[in-house]
Formats: sequence, C-alpha cells, structure tokens
Amino acid sequence: MLNYLINGISLGSVYAIIALGYTMVYGIAKMLNFAHGDVIMIGGYVAYCATSYLGWPVLFCVLASVVVCIVLGIVIERLAYKPLRNASSLAVLITAIGVSYFLQNIALIIWTSNPKSFPNMVTLPPLVIGGLQISSVALVTIAACIVIMIALTLFTGKTKMGKAMRAVSEDKDAARLMGINVDATISLTFAIGSGLAAIAGVLLCSAYPTLMPTTGAMPGIKAFTAAVFGGIGSIPGAMLGGILLGIIEIFGKAYISTQLSDAIVFSVLILILLVKPTGLMGKKVNEKV
Amino acid sequence: MSMLKVEDINVYYGNIHAIKGISFEVNEGEIVTLIGANGAGKSTTLNTVAGLLKPATGSVEFEGSSLLGVPAHKIVNRGMALCPEGRRIFLQLSVQENLEMGAYTRSSAEIADLIADVYDRFPRLKERYKQIAGTLSGGEQQMLAMGRALMSKPKLMMLDEPSMGLAPILVEKIFQIIEELNKAGTTILLVEQNAQMALSIAHRSYVLETGRIVNMGTGDELLKDDTVRKAYLGG
Ligand SMILES: Nc1ncnc2c1ncn2[C@@H]1O[C@H](COP(=O)(O)OP(=O)(O)OP(=O)(O)O)[C@@H](O)[C@H]1O
Ligand SMILES: [Mg+2]
Repeated sequence: MLNYLINGISLGSVYAIIALGYTMVYGIAKMLNFAHGDVIMIGGYVAYCATSYLGWPVLFCVLASVVVCIVLGIVIERLAYKPLRNASSLAVLITAIGVSYFLQNIALIIWTSNPKSFPNMVTLPPLVIGGLQISSVALVTIAACIVIMIALTLFTGKTKMGKAMRAVSEDKDAARLMGINVDATISLTFAIGSGLAAIAGVLLCSAYPTLMPTTGAMPGIKAFTAAVFGGIGSIPGAMLGGILLGIIEIFGKAYISTQLSDAIVFSVLILILLVKPTGLMGKKVNEKV
Repeated sequence: MSMLKVEDINVYYGNIHAIKGISFEVNEGEIVTLIGANGAGKSTTLNTVAGLLKPATGSVEFEGSSLLGVPAHKIVNRGMALCPEGRRIFLQLSVQENLEMGAYTRSSAEIADLIADVYDRFPRLKERYKQIAGTLSGGEQQMLAMGRALMSKPKLMMLDEPSMGLAPILVEKIFQIIEELNKAGTTILLVEQNAQMALSIAHRSYVLETGRIVNMGTGDELLKDDTVRKAYLGG
C-alpha cells in the first residue's frame, strides 16, 4: 500500500516535470506544444548515446541531454511556431502535431524502431525503512521534482526575468511597452520547458528502461492531462496535477485493472473538468472597467 | 524645439486604412491632445508612435532620430512611455511588481527610488503594494497604469484615454496629475474622449476624423471653434 503510494508519487513526479513544460509554454505562447513529449524521447536517446557509445559519466550524460533539448526547443519555436504567432490556434496545433511526428521520424531514422534498453542512470542502493524498500530512482525522481518546483517558484516570483515572463504571458503588447523583449522571453520559456523535458526523459527511462521513438508520446499526453487537471498555465497546478495523476494511475493498476489504468486516469480528468472547468488550481481574474 | 515629429504616416490593419496621412508634432514641455470620435484613429496613432504598429509609409522621429524599424521594446529606453487604452496593467501581478515592470530597462539600484516617487504621487498604491492588481478598483488601476508608465522616467508620456470609465471626481484628479507632471518637466501627448477637459489643459490640440487631421489649434481656440463645439462638446 505504502509502496504503491511511493511509486505513484514517483511516477507522478515525472509527469509533473513534463507538465511544467506544457504549462509554462501554454501560459506564454497560448499553445499546446504537442511535440513536448517527443523532446523527452530525444532527451532519452541523447543520454543513452552519451552513456552507451561514449561512456560518459552520468552527470555529463544528463547535462548533454539537457543542452541538446534546450537547443532543440529553441529551434522548434523559432522555425515552426514563431512564424505562426498571429495564426489561428488550429493552425498552430496542427503544426505542433506535425513537429511531433517529425521528431519521431527523425528518431526512427537515427535509432531505428528497435527498442534500446536504457541503462539505469541512478545506481545508488535502495533506501530500506523497516519492511519498505524505496528504489533510488524513485527517490531521485521525487527529489528532482521538489527541487525543480522550488527553483521555478523562486524564478517566476522573485527574479526580474521571471516576473517579465508572467507579464508576457498576460499581455504581450503591454510587456513590449515596458521594454521587455517578448521574443527572447518566449525563447527562454521553451528553453526551460525543454531542459525539464530532458531531465524527465532520463528519469522516465531509468524507471521504465525501454526506449523507442514513440516512448515520449504517452507520457507526454498524460502530462498534458496533468497540466489541464491542475489548471493549465499554473505552475503549482502542474505539479499537483502530475503527482495526483501518477498516484491515480498506480492505484488504478494495482487495485482495478492494468489494462484500464489509462482509461481511469482520463475519466478522472473528465470528472474534474466537469466540476471545475479551470482545473484544480486554475485561476481567473476579471478585468475591472 | 520639436520632440516628437510624425510626418505623413499611413497605417493599415490588413486592408483597413486606419490612418490616412497624418502629420503632427509635439514640442518639448507641451501638453498636446488628439481628440476625435470613436474610431477616428487616436489609439492607432499612439500605438504607431510607441512601435506596436508599423506605418506603411511616413516617418516618426523622436528627438531627431527616426523610430522606424525600432522594435517596440527598445523605444521605452529612448525616453517615451505609453499608458495604453484600457490601462493594460498586469492583472495577476502585484501592484509593486507592475511598477517594477515599468522600470524593466532600469537598473535595480534606480528602481527603489523610482517606486518611492510613484508612491509619493499615489499614496493609495503604497497602501496596496502587495495586492494583486486585478483586485484594485478601476480608479486605482488607472493610477497604477500611470505610475507604471512613470517608472521609466519618460521625457514624453503618451496617455490613451486615462479618464475612461472613471467617476467625475477621479477624472478631475487624473487631469490635475497630468498638469502636475507637465509642470515638473514631462512632455505630454494625450488622447481623450473628454474633449472639454482635454482642451482646457492642452497647449495645442489636433482633431482627428476617420484617419485624418481635420483641425488644429491651441486649446482655447478649439474650445471656441463652432465645428469642434458641435461635434465634441455637445453644442
Ligand atoms: N486590431 C484592429 N484590426 C482591425 N481594425 C482595427 C483594429 N484596431 C482598430 N481598428 C480600426 O481602425 C480604426 C481606428 O481605430 P482606433 O482604435 O485607432 O480609434 P480611436 O480613435 O482610438 O477610437 P476610440 O475613441 O473608440 O478608442 C477604426 O475604424 C477601427 O475599427
Ligand atoms: Mg482608442
């Protein structure tokens, strides 16, 4: 029971880290970056190559993965999304789906469809408390999630750049009038989101070590669900949504049905949205006239 | 000496020709107003000067250097601020964070002093510095919008309908503040629906009609002008 809870929180922490990327990009660019899940997959492959072919130490592999994903995120935004800044949201959505398939196909060409078995990057001994054994991957994942949450909260709440990011997500023209470089701020958001996706990729593959070009798709959709569940655009919401989603999924698998666990996850989402359409922590401030 | 010089600009929204060859200037130390009916092109003109819109033809010069092709976020540093129509404060940021954004291009050492100045002028904002801006009253939001624009220490401050939606007593207050700012050395370019008030504080004024300037003069001249009285002052 306690074991399931910890597994749930750990899986949920991965969803939360991915959901943060969705939510930040949505907040600022008002678009659903459906390619976000595939950036996770690329992050996984980069870490895989760095360790299997180059034999780099773990920390460098993670770093390489983060750097590649950050560059990838910025390039995707510049080439695919920026030209559509004033286009209809449907056009942007279709483009994002296109980018998602593009990344999957690139991975297919480079790494083929044969699953790679991802080496566990967290090789610490498990923590044993009484009869309870917690794997080091789960611990590191949960810790990473907490650190990221605190760092992002401080960044958006206390730093000049973070505040500018919130200003841009609310009103781009007003932000321009303040002297904020809106394009640079959007790039920065994609960079942060993609860097987080890389970390999520490494953690995810360490826990579920089969790596394929489609590896990022399902966690991506679930993390997107988590972001909506928590209230899209809200950072604590993404966190809470991700962790709850992980817990629901693991308990659903354990007590109801392994096959139905995904259906359960999505049903809960629909229920929450029926009761509270803005998500758990979604906020709405009305303009006064 | 002319601080802002706009010459023969044409501005389009898609194929809507919103500004049809407007020229005007604002001299250092003046209060200049643009008045005109809804849809005349007043906001479009200010937004073009602020760099949010690009004119198809014509030129905009500030202190002798052209602003054409300068991205909007670089214009504030030249010494020009726009307090936009509808206030456009950041509703989810606190009062103080809104002010900090107004001084985005300033060093953090300067910001504390600038904020203190704004709080001196608007004590209501000081009492509410932590409050989320979206929960302020309409009048407080307008003060915040003006305070935020002042944070960049502009030489030229452009205001787009600052009296919109405010009770008469607050309207008086806002106009009084505009005059104070001007006396303290800030040049003002003001857009107003409230032509009576605007003309009474303006040194010079331009009347806009469907994208063209149809009349100009000192505030007093226009207050006495028959066509202006009929169209904008209710007879
Ligand atoms: N984003 C836009 N897209 C298309 N047309 C626009 C847009 N903004 C303004 N217009 C048109 O341009 C013209 C000038 O509008 P503008 O907002 O400058 O008028 P205004 O003088 O500020 O009016 P008001 O007093 O109502 O604020 C109007 O005909 C308006 O319909
Ligand atoms: Mg207007």
